[in-house]
Amino acid sequence: MKEIFLIAIPLLAAGAAFAWPGERTRPWLLPAAGGLHAMLALWLLVNPPVLAADAWFGFDPLARAVLPMVSLLFFVCSIYGVAYLQIRPERKNRIFVTALLVMLGLLSLALQAQNLGLLWVAAEATTLVTVPLLHFNGTARAFEASWKYLLIGGTGIALSLLGSFCLGYASLHSGGNGNLNFTALVAQGASLTRPWLITAWVLLLAGYGTKMGLAPMHTWKPDAYGEAPGMVGALLAGGTTTMAFVAILRVKQVVDAAGAGAMTERTLLAFGLFSMLVAALFLLGTPDFKRMLAYSSVEHMGILAVGAALGGAGIWAALFHVWTNGLTKGALFLSAGNIRRAAGAQTDDKVAGMAWRSPASARIFVVGILAVTAFPPFGVFFSELKIILATFQTNNTFAATAFLGCLLFAFFGMTRLVFAIVDGRPRAAARKTNERFPELPGIIVPPLLFLALSLWLGLATPSLLREAWTAAARLLIPTP
Amino acid sequence: MNGTMNLLIGLAMGLSLVALASSRLPSVIRAAAFQGMILGTLPLLLEETFHGLVVAVAIGTILVKGFIIPNLLRRALRAANIDREVEPLLGFVPSLLLGAAATIGAAALASELPLRPEHARSLLVPGAFATVVCGFILLIARTKAISQVCGYLILENGIYLFGLLLINTTPLLVEAGILLDLTVAVFVIGIIVDRIQREFDTLDTRKLNSLRE
Repeated sequence: MKEIFLIAIPLLAAGAAFAWPGERTRPWLLPAAGGLHAMLALWLLVNPPVLAADAWFGFDPLARAVLPMVSLLFFVCSIYGVAYLQIRPERKNRIFVTALLVMLGLLSLALQAQNLGLLWVAAEATTLVTVPLLHFNGTARAFEASWKYLLIGGTGIALSLLGSFCLGYASLHSGGNGNLNFTALVAQGASLTRPWLITAWVLLLAGYGTKMGLAPMHTWKPDAYGEAPGMVGALLAGGTTTMAFVAILRVKQVVDAAGAGAMTERTLLAFGLFSMLVAALFLLGTPDFKRMLAYSSVEHMGILAVGAALGGAGIWAALFHVWTNGLTKGALFLSAGNIRRAAGAQTDDKVAGMAWRSPASARIFVVGILAVTAFPPFGVFFSELKIILATFQTNNTFAATAFLGCLLFAFFGMTRLVFAIVDGRPRAAARKTNERFPELPGIIVPPLLFLALSLWLGLATPSLLREAWTAAARLLIPTP
Repeated sequence: MNGTMNLLIGLAMGLSLVALASSRLPSVIRAAAFQGMILGTLPLLLEETFHGLVVAVAIGTILVKGFIIPNLLRRALRAANIDREVEPLLGFVPSLLLGAAATIGAAALASELPLRPEHARSLLVPGAFATVVCGFILLIARTKAISQVCGYLILENGIYLFGLLLINTTPLLVEAGILLDLTVAVFVIGIIVDRIQREFDTLDTRKLNSLRE
């Protein structure tokens, strides 16, 4: 029962953070809880516990394949958070620190949820707790972003509840006893009533797809990522979206077991390729480097959806990509946050020459962009290669061509903008903000750590992780 | 039993059309609140035996959907000093017609879906789908933040109505989860509406357009 501490540690720390009197010392609770959480998650990765039958949550193969990544992501971000909150003493951090810790607890709960209802409750609560994180800066633009996030995210999560009910009714109609655990639903298999099952899949894919940020339900993403502090963006792009992806995988497992696997794969492939296309087109045009990261995230969610549509090998590659994308995005969001503060603006007409103004962050940002656009030997290259190999294995040349084309345009779009802000003559306006925001080790080391992790995943993917992804893929697509 | 239930569900479906057709925000809020109260009484009709927990859920739902949330919305309304939806994205008559069409469509869809014998003669499924779609129309066809929140409320009411199909079999956790999350969701939305109003001096969400490509 050690896995319950993955949920309890952050929630207890959140309670402590809320009661903590000192503004300056409170942020230290983030790395303290994050460190404990990461140690426990890695320990569980090495020694996976036996899942009790009929448990509502547990550290099953799928949770094992992704939860340690979310935990690592949070831990490194939390180190950044201490330095970040010390540079910004003018903003009160009680709510911010508490909400971050609650978010970690809820993500751990959602990733481990073995029950359709519990999964939804955790996903909904995560949506709500993100709102104060998005409007940390308190500007009018931050309010606008949180309003749109809540309205679109709230509607998405409402649709996924309706979908969960439909799936529950499918089980009830075919003689189920109201047990909504995934194992029970999978065991019902082909007996699930087909029309209800299809309605449920459509609603759940639309609902959790909104949280994941698949096009065309991605419209909250650029606003939210553009206005949120860098570390919140990193946690949304690597944590919340992973949760939604895992939710879709778990539902897909049920629908596949009922014999509608061809439908789930077709819809996921269509959503995935469409997301990649939309993201590539917007990446070619956007002038704002933080919103660019959001479109990049839409692109990578599309890649995950494509991977999930390609059978066992594809799911293996998608889980690999969850790791490489999440950790690389960490480096990008944190360094972009630094550049944003140093420049005092985030569009290419106001920002230039950041290689001189904030040299370390600009360099990390450039290397991070190359890593996320799949330059070898970074991890993203290998995970995307595996997905392309999976498209060939399933003889889907159209998907492979579209996939590579979108990646190419995304590469053009991102490098265009990145070199526009890094190169050139620095703007005079940036000098003032720059002096207020020196590049302290506390805000440089965490993104470097992320880059190192991304490189490590590419050069030497640990066999432990490979084995964890294989186990998860086998859980989702049982080999005949 | 079934007759009374169908009457109440029919009333709830009518109320979502009322919300679609009215231009004054207080009447939209009133329609959503009435709808919530009607839905709150349904679990009592559904159960043959009075279960303590079901009574608690019913009272909780009526309190939250019928009183607490509408009061929060009225407070936001007073703070913003508006009472009319002046420029809807989609006019009141077209949205009413669209809502009516959606109601017919929902009934047609529901007749296609297989139902358990005990639900076969009830309006639960068509009522739920019609309410969800009407809420969605209100959500996307209005510009004032408060109208959009009412749309979201009606959408949630529809989902609640659907959840009644499962109330006997699934543990009440799903039930409690909805109530909790609904409360907090609208509460948070209310706070944000308040803040938006202070920042922008308007509740017109079309003014929320500084974030774009």
